[in-house]
Amino acid sequence: MKRILFIKQATSATVALGLSGLNLQSFSNTTKKITILHTNDVHSHIDPFGHQHSKNPNKGGIARRATLVDAIRNENPNTLLLDAGDIFQGTPYFNYYGGELEFKLMSMLKYDLATIGNHDFDNGIEGLHAQLPHAKFDFVSANYDFTNTVLDGLVKPYKTFLKDGIKIGVFGLGIKLQGLVDKTMYKETSYNHPIEIAQDLSKILKEDELCDLVICLSHIGYYYKDQPKRVCDLNLAKATKNIDLIIGGHTHTFLPKPTVEQNSEGQKVLINQVGAYGLYLGKVDFYFEDGKKTQSEGTQIIV
Amino acid sequence: MHIKYIFKLLFLVFIVSCNKTHKLTKIKAERLEINETLSKNATVENFIKPYRANVNKNLDSIISFALDTYSKTDGDYNTAIGNLMADAVFTESDPIFYLRTGQHLDFALLNHGGIRAPISKGAIRIRTAFEIMPFENSVVIVALKGEQIIKMTEYLSQYGKAHPISNQFQLILNADSTIYSATVNGNNIDESKIYYVATNDYLYNGGNQMTFFHPNDGLYVLDYKIRNVLIDYFKKNDTINPKRDNRFIMKTK
Repeated sequence: MKRILFIKQATSATVALGLSGLNLQSFSNTTKKITILHTNDVHSHIDPFGHQHSKNPNKGGIARRATLVDAIRNENPNTLLLDAGDIFQGTPYFNYYGGELEFKLMSMLKYDLATIGNHDFDNGIEGLHAQLPHAKFDFVSANYDFTNTVLDGLVKPYKTFLKDGIKIGVFGLGIKLQGLVDKTMYKETSYNHPIEIAQDLSKILKEDELCDLVICLSHIGYYYKDQPKRVCDLNLAKATKNIDLIIGGHTHTFLPKPTVEQNSEGQKVLINQVGAYGLYLGKVDFYFEDGKKTQSEGTQIIV
Repeated sequence: MHIKYIFKLLFLVFIVSCNKTHKLTKIKAERLEINETLSKNATVENFIKPYRANVNKNLDSIISFALDTYSKTDGDYNTAIGNLMADAVFTESDPIFYLRTGQHLDFALLNHGGIRAPISKGAIRIRTAFEIMPFENSVVIVALKGEQIIKMTEYLSQYGKAHPISNQFQLILNADSTIYSATVNGNNIDESKIYYVATNDYLYNGGNQMTFFHPNDGLYVLDYKIRNVLIDYFKKNDTINPKRDNRFIMKTK
């Protein structure tokens, strides 16, 4: 009701101002902040590493991540929490419960969206399907075609969110499964080329859905040194436009800060990945101001 | 009617202008470490507790006993722990394979790097099997012509690592790493014979540069994880005492 009232008032104001007065008074000139939090390749690491662990002693743990996420959400309710895949596999929790606990805990942390990694097929596509009721968040994948599988209709190419009047579009990308995952696991899931799909999806999100912010949730890998032309996040960033942020996974790349690449139109794209095992939480804040951006105005990037 | 229409139009203009009037002015990123400075969310922690207790109870259950500590660094070409693993894969897989195909296995081959932890003297728990084999690799049986087995022996001689082989296979190297003898069940390798070799899916797919699994004369997927092979083997043998032996050695002068 309140929203309808607001719109009515706004339209009357427009009438009062006349048609030329489109710079409405009702748009206050404040900065809006959207916070994107992200994880990838957590691989069933629910508990922190032990004190005596050689690499990551006493690091990680989802109960601690929950505390951090809560604090950030309290500070800024306009926050999205995303995961870039490979939620499954890596600790006995997965072997004993098949991913049920991972999904239930992520739901408790109020994850907003995730994409599918190759290890999420480790109990077969049926294994993933069986655990979906435990996830209160959605999965997106734009380049996996699940038409002839049990996941048909359950995984959408993208999802949009409206936070403080800012429209955010998030689409998912998955890695080529052939040669990486046994066919008996992924069954009739078909794979489409991530870059072509990303070009289509970013156009849809920007031009049709009119998103202010376009995010790609990717499990295609950051970069492959030995195969520099292989499809990866860096190459994806360069070959596409309209994407603001690529959140990556698969290669377990621990980026201390996001990489800034130039897209096909010379605009800046951020690529981020926080390694693996829930050792880190990635945080990217986007600040918006009212009004149209002019050619000379850039976006300040602090990384 | 007229006024309603104008309102509708204005509403549309309003929505469009609204959507186009946000400009991205600043992006700020940071990486936040999850460490002991963060307290545990009590609701989440309490939710995990019963799951953790159940998993730990199962992982800690004792299934066998080791007379000594066995590590993959205990030998140059064969080790007690590697011999145990390859023999376990052979003995646990052969009955399943025979039931399905009427054929028996000839031998098993794994990789040295696939032994991820030692077996410590004392109680062997289910957790031990998870430590030795944290990955989900499963047993596959590959039908290989003798000529491919010869390529395998060349690989093993050149690679110089204690890749685990089961005791039906024997490989003796000369001091210069060339092959002195290679036998399966005491017989020389017959180039035209088909051998049934148990390995894991990772190696079959070319892991560790083991390219000799292709071309082959058939693949049989047992759907049997290596970890479960170990658990089953430990459960059947209440005490284990594997030995380094002569299955893969370099000849002394």
